[in-house]
Amino acid sequence: MGMAFNPGRQQRIAKAVLWSFTLITVFILFFIIFYILEKGLPVLSISFLTQNPQDMGKSGGIFSTIIGTIVLTVMAVLVAAPLGVGTAIFLTEYTVENRITRIIRFGSECLAGIPSIIFGLFGFILFVNTLGFGWSILSGSLTLAFMILPTIIRTSEEALRCVPNSLREVSHSLGGTKWQTVARVVLPSALPGIGTGIILGVGRSVGETAATIFTAGSVLRTPTSLFSSSRTMAVHFYILAREGISMPNAYGTAAILILSILVINFLAYYLMHKFMKRHS
Amino acid sequence: MTRLERSEKLIRLALLVIACSAVSVLIIITIFIFAQGTPILFKYGVKQFLFGQDWYPGEKSFGLLPMIIGSLYVTLGALVVGVPFGLACAITLTEFSSRRISRTIKPLIELLAGIPSVVYGFIGVVILVPFIRDTFGGPGLSVLSASVILGIMILPTIISISMDSIQALPRTYREGSIALGATRWQTVRLVLLPAARSGIIASIILGMGRAIGETMAVIMIAGNAAAIPRSILAPVRTLTSNIALEMGYASGEHRQALFATGVILFIIIMVLNTAANFTSRKKKR
Repeated sequence: MGMAFNPGRQQRIAKAVLWSFTLITVFILFFIIFYILEKGLPVLSISFLTQNPQDMGKSGGIFSTIIGTIVLTVMAVLVAAPLGVGTAIFLTEYTVENRITRIIRFGSECLAGIPSIIFGLFGFILFVNTLGFGWSILSGSLTLAFMILPTIIRTSEEALRCVPNSLREVSHSLGGTKWQTVARVVLPSALPGIGTGIILGVGRSVGETAATIFTAGSVLRTPTSLFSSSRTMAVHFYILAREGISMPNAYGTAAILILSILVINFLAYYLMHKFMKRHS
Repeated sequence: MTRLERSEKLIRLALLVIACSAVSVLIIITIFIFAQGTPILFKYGVKQFLFGQDWYPGEKSFGLLPMIIGSLYVTLGALVVGVPFGLACAITLTEFSSRRISRTIKPLIELLAGIPSVVYGFIGVVILVPFIRDTFGGPGLSVLSASVILGIMILPTIISISMDSIQALPRTYREGSIALGATRWQTVRLVLLPAARSGIIASIILGMGRAIGETMAVIMIAGNAAAIPRSILAPVRTLTSNIALEMGYASGEHRQALFATGVILFIIIMVLNTAANFTSRKKKR
């Protein structure tokens, strides 16, 4: 047998290859984050955050796009969270596995796979055109809500399933009804896990471009009502970079985007960790 | 019936209605996209859309073949880049690293999924595109650059789903193989990977879905020429880019043709989703 067929040697080679691929992947991640922060952080200042964009974004800050992003995201979560958590409660607490649950789960999985540009097309034709909401916060947030719904359903369902059955049994034996058990025992216990799902939805909304640009529009003014068109940070960054309006401002906006994603992911991870600790 | 019982019944009913929301949304989306897209598909013939090579919406020429092939090329390219790296990460983190290391790296890879697609596109524009232009020639905005960026973007999908399916295997598989004197690598190659095959295939199919559906990153780095690319260094336009590039100003039949593009994209995605769902369900039986 030649050296090449020695299992020990083969394993050493395989391990080296696998580890180098893994390290390259981690390196790419750090590279993207550090590159954007290195170029973008020097641009940031209080006035960049608190001033409105001037001259299409060539100068001035990004205040109106921050407000646009926050309002759009909060609205989307306000719509999606009750629907998503409600669905998860129904699936875990109110039914056993049957045809209905399979259909619901399949629908949710399909929805999760639909590309954001399709959501954009759909939101444009339904909310902007047919219902006459125009390019607006309302159209944009409803579209985003539909997009993040599957994430919230899946994460909440997992969280609810992690709650030990003994808690439910104790509540029932004390005379608690189904809903009392869910509302006072199961939900509070699953809250950090559900929070993780909602925060992941927030993350997706903040970074989304294709679905928001055709529904919320790209007007640079600070939104004043649900029917104002509004530009999010991600859309602003896309327009700045693609049309070459201002590279420094593009980097600055990207840095804020990356920082928010870092905070959002850290929060989600922290909540998940806390949740897992409670239930293991 | 007491008041308590009645309210319990009402809550149950309300939750059932809410639980139908995801399915209803899916149905409404399907109806609206198809209602907008299919009339023009049939007016000019499905054949023209699927096999026509010329996209001149102003002159009523709606050939989507270059975009269909474009989507296919960048998706295959993304798999060529993403699958080896994704599987390597999944195997390393489940079989060849300590719990502590894999617990540190896993959330980092999930972070990769959280980075907005416009940021990936931007990194492609400022780093990858100039690099490809200077090293290999061509415009840089190309099938190759789109494939590499998409390959990175689908990594989290492939890694997390493959990891789940490898971790879900019974411990006896590993123990039996090691007890027979196999090395860890032989165990991975001969026992674990074949046993986790359906989950791994599902992860690859879902990764494909993500690559086909990605829009903004691709627009920024693919060059967007509506012609069938002759090499991997040539620019390319995907189905998603076709919609997003022209949606802003399209009207009338041009807009309908973009919805028809959406219909084709939608069908491809649904086929992939169903395939992924089917493979991963087969595993559970």
